[in-house]
Amino acid sequence: MTAEAPAHTPEHHDGEHHTSTGLSNEKLAMWVFLGSECLLFGGLISTYMFNKGRIGPDDVGPNDVFDIPFTSVSSFVLLMSSLTMVFAVSSIARGDLRGNRIWLTTTAALGATFVAGQVYEFTAFYSEGLGFTTNLFGSAFYALTGFHGAHVTIGIVMLMSLLVMSMRGNLGPERAETVEIIGLYWHFVDIVWIVIFTIVYLFPQ
Amino acid sequence: MATVTPDSPDTAHSPEEHASAGGHAHPSNWLYVKVAIYLALLTAFEVFTYFETVHGWGDTAIIIMLVIMMLLKFFLVVAFFMHLKFDSPIFWRLFVFGLILAMAVYMVMLTAFRFW
Repeated sequence: MTAEAPAHTPEHHDGEHHTSTGLSNEKLAMWVFLGSECLLFGGLISTYMFNKGRIGPDDVGPNDVFDIPFTSVSSFVLLMSSLTMVFAVSSIARGDLRGNRIWLTTTAALGATFVAGQVYEFTAFYSEGLGFTTNLFGSAFYALTGFHGAHVTIGIVMLMSLLVMSMRGNLGPERAETVEIIGLYWHFVDIVWIVIFTIVYLFPQ
Repeated sequence: MATVTPDSPDTAHSPEEHASAGGHAHPSNWLYVKVAIYLALLTAFEVFTYFETVHGWGDTAIIIMLVIMMLLKFFLVVAFFMHLKFDSPIFWRLFVFGLILAMAVYMVMLTAFRFW
């Protein structure tokens, strides 16, 4: 598959696409997917909101387990990974392949740091007596943050795939849109965490 | 030789857009850095309100402030990092449709379960 073959290059040089809308079908599909993901996370967040207070007087609750300074740092790490992701997108758009590889690696590393923090947090909560089936708060909390963590992990796998493509010479400036589309997914998991961090961790319990 | 600096010197301090190889305009990296600084400041203020809750601020005031800051962060990322401010409005409409649909469905659900 080469950039020169018209059948495999959906873009004109001026950014127009050979589609009925004039837009990239892949990008359109990603936005539709992200719109549908709002429903998934909306369901999980509202389930958490509904169940977080449904615990007995001696049950383990949010105030017993949450470590806000620790989660604030991991939230900041994920937020900054969005910045490195836009650098990865803009570097490939400029044709800076080395820069693109470095920013992709940095983004994946920041994402992995966030996931490692989440694993540590889950382990700490479990040792403090909050299991998945301990109470409704635990079930809703682990389901919501676990689904989000799974999304971040999938994002890391996609970033590493881009890196492998780049190392093999299959990711040049003509494929900048591929990086941009993966970037959209990455930013989406970031905005979902913005909502989760506020509603789950910072709202007064 | 390609570099890994956020931007080349001619664009590093300019908020102007530049065209990418993909064809559509991207803002300069300096604008992204400014957005990231705003995001970091908003996050710091969010965390500050948590500790102020401990010192006795009213819950309703705290929740309203947190929601405003959360929305600001949300729209900064969507508009600038996800390029919706610079991209086709169709993408914006598709995403907002999903977002509003999700909010409406779950507001109805929470109301049906007498959450409020």
